[in-house]
Amino acid sequence: MSTDRLAVRKTYKLYVNGAFPRSESGRTYAVTDAKGAFLANAAWASRKDARDAVVAARAAAGKWSGATAYNRGQVLYRVAEVMEGRHAQFCEEVAAGEGLSSSRARAAVDAAIDRWVWYAGWTDKLGAVLGAANPVAGPYFDFSVPEPTGVVAVLAPQRSSLLGLVSVLAPVLAGGNTAVVVTSRTRPLPAVTLGEVLATSDVPAGVVNLLTGDAEEIGPWLAEHDDVDAIDLTGAPAGCAMELERLAAGSIKRVVRPPAEEPDWSADPGLTRLTPFLETKTVWHPMGL
Amino acid sequence: MTSLFEYAPAPESRSIVDVAPSYGLFVDGEFVDGSGTPLKTVNPATEEVLSEVATATDADVDRAVRAARRAFTRVWGPMRPADRGKYLFRIARLLQERAREFAVLESLDNGKPIRESRDVDVPLAAAHFFYHAGWADKLDWAGLGPGPRPLGVAGQVIPWNFPLLMLAWKVAPALATGNTVVLKPAETTPLTALLFAEVCRQADLPPGVVNIVTGAGDTGRAVVEHEDVDKVAFTGSTEVGRSIARAVAGTRKKLTLELGGKAANIVFDDAPIDQAVEGVVQGIFSNQGHVCCAGSRLLVQESVHDEVIASLQRRIGTLRLGDPLDKNTDIGAINSAEQLARIRELSDVGEAEGASRWQPACELPERGYWFPPTVFTDVSPAHRIARDEVFGPVLSVLTFRTPDEAVAKANNTTYGLSAGIWTEKGSRILAIADRLRAGVVWANTFNQFDPTSPFGGYKQSGYGREGGRHGLAAYLEGAR
Repeated sequence: MSTDRLAVRKTYKLYVNGAFPRSESGRTYAVTDAKGAFLANAAWASRKDARDAVVAARAAAGKWSGATAYNRGQVLYRVAEVMEGRHAQFCEEVAAGEGLSSSRARAAVDAAIDRWVWYAGWTDKLGAVLGAANPVAGPYFDFSVPEPTGVVAVLAPQRSSLLGLVSVLAPVLAGGNTAVVVTSRTRPLPAVTLGEVLATSDVPAGVVNLLTGDAEEIGPWLAEHDDVDAIDLTGAPAGCAMELERLAAGSIKRVVRPPAEEPDWSADPGLTRLTPFLETKTVWHPMGL
Repeated sequence: MTSLFEYAPAPESRSIVDVAPSYGLFVDGEFVDGSGTPLKTVNPATEEVLSEVATATDADVDRAVRAARRAFTRVWGPMRPADRGKYLFRIARLLQERAREFAVLESLDNGKPIRESRDVDVPLAAAHFFYHAGWADKLDWAGLGPGPRPLGVAGQVIPWNFPLLMLAWKVAPALATGNTVVLKPAETTPLTALLFAEVCRQADLPPGVVNIVTGAGDTGRAVVEHEDVDKVAFTGSTEVGRSIARAVAGTRKKLTLELGGKAANIVFDDAPIDQAVEGVVQGIFSNQGHVCCAGSRLLVQESVHDEVIASLQRRIGTLRLGDPLDKNTDIGAINSAEQLARIRELSDVGEAEGASRWQPACELPERGYWFPPTVFTDVSPAHRIARDEVFGPVLSVLTFRTPDEAVAKANNTTYGLSAGIWTEKGSRILAIADRLRAGVVWANTFNQFDPTSPFGGYKQSGYGREGGRHGLAAYLEGAR
């Protein structure tokens, strides 16, 4: 019997509203490995895809932000569990895309999975760490709580295709926001696989939307979209960030500016990626007999 | 409406204040001439010119920023945090000691009733300095990350509605965290900021720590766009906020914006109507409605609509409009001719779009800028008076049937600064507050402020918080 089985190749598509559509534009682009060898054709997301993704993210925002913090934590932990089962596949894709040795690729995948665990544990502690009971000079119980900003557009890092992506996406979700992510342009394949993990991890449809393609092309549409509340420019292509920040000013979006160069994603993330996508609500509740 | 009681005039004496015929800029601890064409600041209640105030040009602003930088590097930055705190305590005490002077000057320059400047603006301004003074040497315990450090020079631009109070909201946290300041007051209300400059001198605050540059929009732009400013803080309109966000795009400047609002005040059918009406009146008519968090949309449950409107009109009929310095005055003057024109325009649009305008019989003084308290009923959510910020004594009334509808209507705005809930049911307060997309929610009260309580908006009402532990983050490096 022959062992030369003909492989079933994977079609890499977008992940929008819990489904895996092709780009409505019908466009694809060739993705190569670090050495230039062809890996796959990925969907090349268009303006319309970005708008569809925002609609899905807005529709999902109420349910996700309204879920209990405990529930959100379990869902994010479940992402780590499901990723663990796909460990080998992620290692292969990261190694190919980023040109890493298998041990370094494994370290990146391990760290990406652990990052979900870290943020899963944050969901029900943000209120304690970032909230407050304010001793006002009057008969009120006055308290402040962190709440999600809403729909967050994320331009994911261009180099770190999985660990970088998870490092910018997970904090957005942990705070209760929904996300529209433009993945690394040249290294989009781990993002598509992550979409498959999210689709089977109890993350409600629309909470995460992953667009493979060019942030330079889609970024401006997201930056000026009135139904996007915040934008993370971490992966903005060189020279684009200032214009994107200007566009974002039109609807007073919260903006995370890009670092001078892509950081070492293995470092302890702290709270710095959580707080930009949280609002503080202060409630004055009367006291009296 | 004939009033039950006749009130004798009870004016606060203005002799406590010496208004100089002209003022310079306050730069590096000295009053200096400005290079621009001076502005006249008028008493909006009489149109009397109070004083001529310098206009700072780009070069003047540059001198102020350089003074602030020097003070930051050489004096204020290296100073023991406890000593920075002591300067702020001194300023708080001086504001209390000179409270009457500040209150009278504020009412003269702004047009707001002395009852408010005396009981709200000035005491709260002092409280902000007192509160932040205590933070100066406790920042390591603020929970904002390890080793919090100041940003450097803060450029701050403030509005005309609460001139001294907004100054306090900006200057107190900036100084407590170790920054120095270049502040631009509003062009129509510069006088209390200049009196504050004198307080800084009285407190022996080192030169350059606080610099005050007066002028109009161009001066503000020069402050915001100056290359050596590390932090921009702005309170004002959403339109100007947008242009500032554009101007700082691509720079390293940290930005906080406190912008407009169109707050919903939601009255449920179980609310104590008299108390709710009092709060609604206070929420929209205090400070002539020149309040970014004013409760300018009344959402009233349909079953009590008629009762609430009748009670509201009765109460509004007893409001006293007139001389801001009279202790019995409830409604003072509109701050400027320009603002009055905007209020008139939007009110006319309200009528033209089909809403019904109601105003009490109300005699307006002949001189000055005045607008009577106004209520629009039959307002639909699509009307401009239900969407646009009027920034005047104009209330738009809408109705709802269910809590879900109330929340949907309250959130149906691009703004998200504040909201009010009136009900006897505590669990309903918390459930509705949870669902409102607004930075501050008042239950069975409205327009309450406290230095310990973070204030700021959602959505297009801006970002960043002022007050409380949260407010410090805006002025610290790497604060999470």
